[in-house]
Amino acid sequence: MSTLDLSPAPGAARLRRMVVAHAYVEVRLLLRNGEQLVLALALPLLVLVAGDSTGGLLDLGPGRRIDVLAPGVLALAVLSTSFTSLAIATGFERRYGVLKRLGATPLPRHGLLAGKVLAVLVVEALQVLVVGAVAMALGWAPVGGVVAVLGGTLLVLLGTAAFGALGLAMAGSLRAEATLALANLVYVLLLVAGAVVVPLGRYPEAVQPLVALLPSGALAQGLRDLSAGAGLPWAACLVLVGWAAAGTGLAARTFRWE
Amino acid sequence: MPSPAVVVDGLVMRYGDVTAVDGLSTEIATGQVTAVVGPNGAGKSTTLETCEGYRRPQAGTVRVLGLDPVSDATGLRSRVGVMLQSGGAWSGCRAGEALRHAAALHAHPLDVDALVERLGLGGCGATSYRRLSGGQQQRLGLAMAIIGRPELVFLDEPTAGLDPQARRVTWDLVRELRDSGVTVVVTTHLMDEAEQLADRVVVIDHGRVLAAGSPRELTSTGAENTVRFGAATGLDMHDLRAALPAGCAVEEVSAGAYLVTGPVDPALIATLTAWCAARGVLAHSLAVERRSLEDVFLELTGTQLRS
Repeated sequence: MSTLDLSPAPGAARLRRMVVAHAYVEVRLLLRNGEQLVLALALPLLVLVAGDSTGGLLDLGPGRRIDVLAPGVLALAVLSTSFTSLAIATGFERRYGVLKRLGATPLPRHGLLAGKVLAVLVVEALQVLVVGAVAMALGWAPVGGVVAVLGGTLLVLLGTAAFGALGLAMAGSLRAEATLALANLVYVLLLVAGAVVVPLGRYPEAVQPLVALLPSGALAQGLRDLSAGAGLPWAACLVLVGWAAAGTGLAARTFRWE
Repeated sequence: MPSPAVVVDGLVMRYGDVTAVDGLSTEIATGQVTAVVGPNGAGKSTTLETCEGYRRPQAGTVRVLGLDPVSDATGLRSRVGVMLQSGGAWSGCRAGEALRHAAALHAHPLDVDALVERLGLGGCGATSYRRLSGGQQQRLGLAMAIIGRPELVFLDEPTAGLDPQARRVTWDLVRELRDSGVTVVVTTHLMDEAEQLADRVVVIDHGRVLAAGSPRELTSTGAENTVRFGAATGLDMHDLRAALPAGCAVEEVSAGAYLVTGPVDPALIATLTAWCAARGVLAHSLAVERRSLEDVFLELTGTQLRS
């Protein structure tokens, strides 16, 4: 018979511990969820391998196919985790009262948000490792050195902020089922028409300025330019900062916790 | 006398045209188990959620542990444990994971394994929330509410859907919480639960408090109480009535079965048994019957089914 001392001894854990504990659970839940794993890893790898091996079906323009594909697939991985996965998971947390219950625990809202961001970044790091390794095995040879690595990290962080804020704005205002449908729809639309896989230069000239303003276009084209040795793409960074600000403002206004 | 754990004064909450809470006032004593009972839609959950800081009072004031549940939420969240009426866990999360996550948010949490064992959740630590039975989900919700060793817990229908064994485990835990110095507020539809578990019962309907007191106070309003006894047939009712205090009535309802109605107190029992002794009558059964809390509840809130 175990003894259980129920006498009151209240107190919140340190914020850092709460954030890490929360991120730990979210990462585990995501890695255990089959559909989320398909979205996070299987689809990006499929696009990478199929796009590289099916020669003429997809016109990727000049340059080696894998060098064009790999940065786009990295952008796709970021899109899947920071937007689609985050929005769907948060939508169902609202629906099942998880956010409501957490609201009664010592975990503050900014701690919850920090935990979610940390979880997304951990998963993205795993995705970058796996996608990057497979791409290199297929012959991807990025250039640009330290500038490309640091710039790429900055772009991924900005892209995560932009997509994450938009995903939370959606999850916090729509029903869980609507979020599920819309988050997947946006994912497919951006994959097909958002300059994620097909470089911006292959789009009709009339729509190029518009596509470049999409968060997906900015992130993917920025990564492609960087890994081709073009230096830091300031315009893409600015576009992502703009989306992050707009998404954050929208989420702060419309997010409902129940 | 410690200051009350919760003070609600003139609380008003409306949803559109519907007034859910209509000037409700009550105090919850520290260190007691208080049961809040009332029909569906009486305003119990709205009142509870206002005390939990989920809703801002539209009129009136709410103080929990002396603090404002909305503006002092940060200070209160570690001191107050909350069990929602349902849900509150990730559907794919294992029971053990959910508890360890909840424990990690607190400075001095209960031992997860001991709590799991205590609540009979030992076999389902690796079972995801959606695969737990309704009763297991309820017990997990209770465990998450108390794991941070709070001073005050709000339990919204903690035994809904539990089988009798699981209900006993929950009752025992609630009593143990109280004996350890925790203030417990439970809502329930089960009058026997309120009667068994609560030190104090608050009956709410139409957003107001209809009655409050210990189960004994609520069920003993005198005139409706009765004593039944069984003895030989044909006792002299006229003689017995003369011996009993004024206001008591007695009749032989069937052969050898007698019914005394009136304000039942120890003196009445003594008078009754003394009368029997003096006449050489052996009562082979004697039972004091009180109104049950359910009788009181139905009397206060009506027997009409609410739509």
